[in-house]
Amino acid sequence: MSIEWYVVLSSLLFAVGAMGILIRRSPVVILLCLELMLNAGNLALVAFSRMVGNQQGQVFAVVVMVVAACEVVVGLGLIVAIFRRKLPLDVDELRELRG
Amino acid sequence: MEEVLFFLAALGALGGAVGVIALRNPFYGVLALIVHLFSLAVLFLLLSSAFVAAAQVVVYAGAVMVLYVFVVAYVGGGGESAWESIPGQRFLAPLLGIAIFVELAIAVLASSLLALGTDGPDVKAGFGDPAAIGYLLLEKFLVPFEASSILLLLAAVGAIVLAQRKREGESA
Repeated sequence: MSIEWYVVLSSLLFAVGAMGILIRRSPVVILLCLELMLNAGNLALVAFSRMVGNQQGQVFAVVVMVVAACEVVVGLGLIVAIFRRKLPLDVDELRELRG
Repeated sequence: MEEVLFFLAALGALGGAVGVIALRNPFYGVLALIVHLFSLAVLFLLLSSAFVAAAQVVVYAGAVMVLYVFVVAYVGGGGESAWESIPGQRFLAPLLGIAIFVELAIAVLASSLLALGTDGPDVKAGFGDPAAIGYLLLEKFLVPFEASSILLLLAAVGAIVLAQRKREGESA
């Protein structure tokens, strides 16, 4: 399989994730869509690292995984905090910071 | 054989991704994301990066998804309201998503990277195995490695601070 297929698949997955963030309004699902986009980026990194024949892109992918894990932990902590304060779990209703 | 595996895994990854954005119940969305992550691990193996594939299964599908399942079970999967703050959001959003894909596809297909159309160079047997990645992390990328471990520590502390119960007499 040529590398092009992997990169096109990764851009397709990225577009699906971005579409999900635009469509859905539940913060949990928005976090899931963020995961989709980060994973699409990971796939592109690993594909390009295979294309160059160099393992450094895979190290980048591992670091992206660490960042994704941190983002999930903080995001889910925020969701639990929102839920404990009995606020609606809907990003369109949580608009106090919008000004 | 490789082509068959690629298309099976690509279908799984795409189906999982569409499931995440289409299923109304967030719990099923998490399960669809697990399918997506396993398919991506297969793709990583096809790209001869064994360590990233293993980390994908262990860290993502194992640890992160368990966290998601617990939080979804805790907050419950309420349906989303039909109220739209932006008129026509349901129709605009897919259009914007398709626009992003077209843009990325043009960028990929029109790039002058000649190696993009090849299978990549032949690599040695140890390409992408844990030992090779470990050497890179501890020699060439030591500072990013330590920075990411500090980031993990900060995220853990932040999550504890955010999600702890309110103490007596303390406002919000």
